[in-house]
Amino acid sequence: MTEISLTIDGRPVSVPAGTTIMQAAATLGTAVPTICYHEHCTSNALCRICVVEVEGARVLAAACVATVSANMVVHTRTERVERSRRTILEMLDSAVDLSEAPEIQGFMADYAAAPARFPQAERRDPPVLDDNPMFVRDYAKCILCWRCVQVCADDAQYAYAINFEGRGYETQIGTFFEQPLPASSCVFCGQCVGVCPTGALKPKRQWLLEQGQTPDEIMAMTRNERRRRRPKPGAGAEGQGQGEVKGKKGRKRDDEG
Amino acid sequence: MSELDLAPLQPVLAELRPQGRPALLPALHAAQKIYGYLPEPVAAAIAHALGVPLADVYGVIDFYSMFYREPVGRRMVRVCVDPACALAGSDALLAAACAHAGVEPGGLSADGAFTVEAAPCLGLCEHAPVVLVDEVAQGGVRPEAMAELFSAAAPEPWGLLGGDLRLLTANCGRGRATTLAEYEAGGGYAGLRRAFELGAEAVIAEVKAAGLVGRGGAAFPTGVKWEGARAAAGQPKYVVCNADESEPGTFKDRVLLEEDPHRMLEGLLIEAYAVGAARAYVYIRGEYPRALARVQAAVDEARAAGYVGANVLGSAFSVEVELRLGAGAYICGEETALFESIEGKRGFPRVKPPFPTTFGLFGQPTAINNVETLCNIPLIVTGGAAAYRRIGTERSPGPKLFCVSGDVTRPGLYEVAFGATLRHLLHDLAGSLPAGRSLQAVLFGGAAGAFATERDLDVKLTFEDLRAAGLPLGSGVVMVFDDTRDLRDVLNRLGRFFAHESCGKCYPCQIGSQRQHEILERVAAGHTQPGDAARLSDVGWTMTEASLCGLGQTAASAVLSAMKLWPALFADPPERLVQLD
Repeated sequence: MTEISLTIDGRPVSVPAGTTIMQAAATLGTAVPTICYHEHCTSNALCRICVVEVEGARVLAAACVATVSANMVVHTRTERVERSRRTILEMLDSAVDLSEAPEIQGFMADYAAAPARFPQAERRDPPVLDDNPMFVRDYAKCILCWRCVQVCADDAQYAYAINFEGRGYETQIGTFFEQPLPASSCVFCGQCVGVCPTGALKPKRQWLLEQGQTPDEIMAMTRNERRRRRPKPGAGAEGQGQGEVKGKKGRKRDDEG
Repeated sequence: MSELDLAPLQPVLAELRPQGRPALLPALHAAQKIYGYLPEPVAAAIAHALGVPLADVYGVIDFYSMFYREPVGRRMVRVCVDPACALAGSDALLAAACAHAGVEPGGLSADGAFTVEAAPCLGLCEHAPVVLVDEVAQGGVRPEAMAELFSAAAPEPWGLLGGDLRLLTANCGRGRATTLAEYEAGGGYAGLRRAFELGAEAVIAEVKAAGLVGRGGAAFPTGVKWEGARAAAGQPKYVVCNADESEPGTFKDRVLLEEDPHRMLEGLLIEAYAVGAARAYVYIRGEYPRALARVQAAVDEARAAGYVGANVLGSAFSVEVELRLGAGAYICGEETALFESIEGKRGFPRVKPPFPTTFGLFGQPTAINNVETLCNIPLIVTGGAAAYRRIGTERSPGPKLFCVSGDVTRPGLYEVAFGATLRHLLHDLAGSLPAGRSLQAVLFGGAAGAFATERDLDVKLTFEDLRAAGLPLGSGVVMVFDDTRDLRDVLNRLGRFFAHESCGKCYPCQIGSQRQHEILERVAAGHTQPGDAARLSDVGWTMTEASLCGLGQTAASAVLSAMKLWPALFADPPERLVQLD
């Protein structure tokens, strides 16, 4: 594989062709901040917090997807870069609840992003969705990094239970016609919970503990659910066309009530 | 809902099933025609027929603003509320329409007869204020003529043409679509025959020599694009006509498609031949049903005459043309978002590179061009590059269309040679401002353009002169505001447009377009908060520098230019407030 030579923050580096700017910077020990990026997910360059300045380019480049080219001159922390990152962080903070996203809070401190920079900003604050025994969805914390949609689809599980509702600022992750997850093609693999960076998706037990339930109370609840599950074989009609995927293990019915 | 009869949908699904996911938008359009909206069982049936995950189908329905998951009126009344129509009183019109139907904007009347919606620019700015009633456009609508409006009784408006030249618009202005026979009588399809004589590579050389660059806004050299797609490895290849004209103030492509559809088609066929594509797509915005019908009729005529189909004019070249109707999403004018839409997905722009010439529609090499760009092709190929270059200037050759609207006595579509001045266009051709009014500003290039003022009137309309003046040519919009207009209202409408049309993929535009709109609402209302100007500037700057696609990168362009020209409008406390309120 051809080696490409370039300069990052004044330091020469040589990496194989096809390497991203972010990976090339990492070989020099330079960390480019990322939010939506996850090494096991398709990179979509959504958050733009990883933007860097490439000399000669009209606009900033997303280091997570932009690949190196010969004699490229990259600056990872210029005034332009800082202003973009700071504003993106301030806008994110104005839109959603970042209280359980310590990494993003760290970036805010690092880039001197002002909390509550935008007065009278409409926040995304939908109610918590608690429609299954495995995990809750608190989209007031969702930063639309797409990881959950991707691991549910071609990046991991091929379940395709969730996608997007709305568009633009009104976008939210959702199921077919907002049906409860147990009625969807969700297999409760937990991949989405695993990759969620902000606590928007959370194991039910953890969430109940945070709500002040004791472990004993939680145990009692799950015992009830196990009891309910046993006597009822066969599927209901609620999962429009999803019967084949669901139904097995009777998992779907548990939590309709 | 359980009563819903899916039988009428079955023939549609039977026909579209073999196409799979790329038939999703056509299927949703067809289903909505049958049921009026897209109820859950219908969406599920389509998902199963086309093999698309349910959640994905829902994601697509919810992305496009002309697809409805709740019942809507038997008659859909869309009132344009973007700047040109606003100048002509669209707010009063929307209020009158809502009162007539007894609904709030976006609401469904109690008897289920009507839905009245505020719509983004409908591309009929020369006829402002305009309303789309189902599929029938109504122009110059008066608030007191609601009964007439709701029955769509007035004749549909056609293009208003003018200018120094009539090359691209030679066949426009008849008040109907030009027929194949008329187009041929004027030398039509001679370019396609000539292309076969020249051979593909010579055609591309001719287009490059002509110096043609794209007219959709990005001004990329057309011949270079074609050459790239031709040279790219991989089969099949595609050519696409981008007819998703949606930028407020832009209506040139609508006129070209409706009144002379064969010119675009000939350009597209020549492109397919040059690139080596056997399939061509025309993607027309959802708000242009009449353009779709005219282009479909033209394709049918062309097929009957042997210009489309197997062995065109007896040559070895075969090509099929497929039309696609958008469904209310400005973002689908972005080329990669348009591909996604044809593929049956949400209109999210892709990360570039790879570029369309190597990885375009269905991941194949693709050349995509704007309608006006393609309309230049027959001229170039028929008459040759040298003759073409005699029009315009050395560095900006050719004819150019300008969409003139707002406060001028003769709004319309004007064709001039590159090099004419804005003053000539505005005063000599478009009849200047109404008597007694003076020029305050011109929104130049489009909603994603910049403001020009009196001092820019002698700027020559060429790529190089406009660049020097800091004015993007964009999609050729010239929207005029006289001295009585409140530009804060104009900016607020632009802000609302971009917030409504952001796809939501990248953070700078997803959140930035919303924050920008919120601040512009305050500016328009005279209720700015301390620090709003700095916020607006940071948001606009970040969208410009860090957004993923060209639309996000230009969503603050007009606002930032206004901030430079009229800082007092954004100052805190707002200095003009006292005079205006």
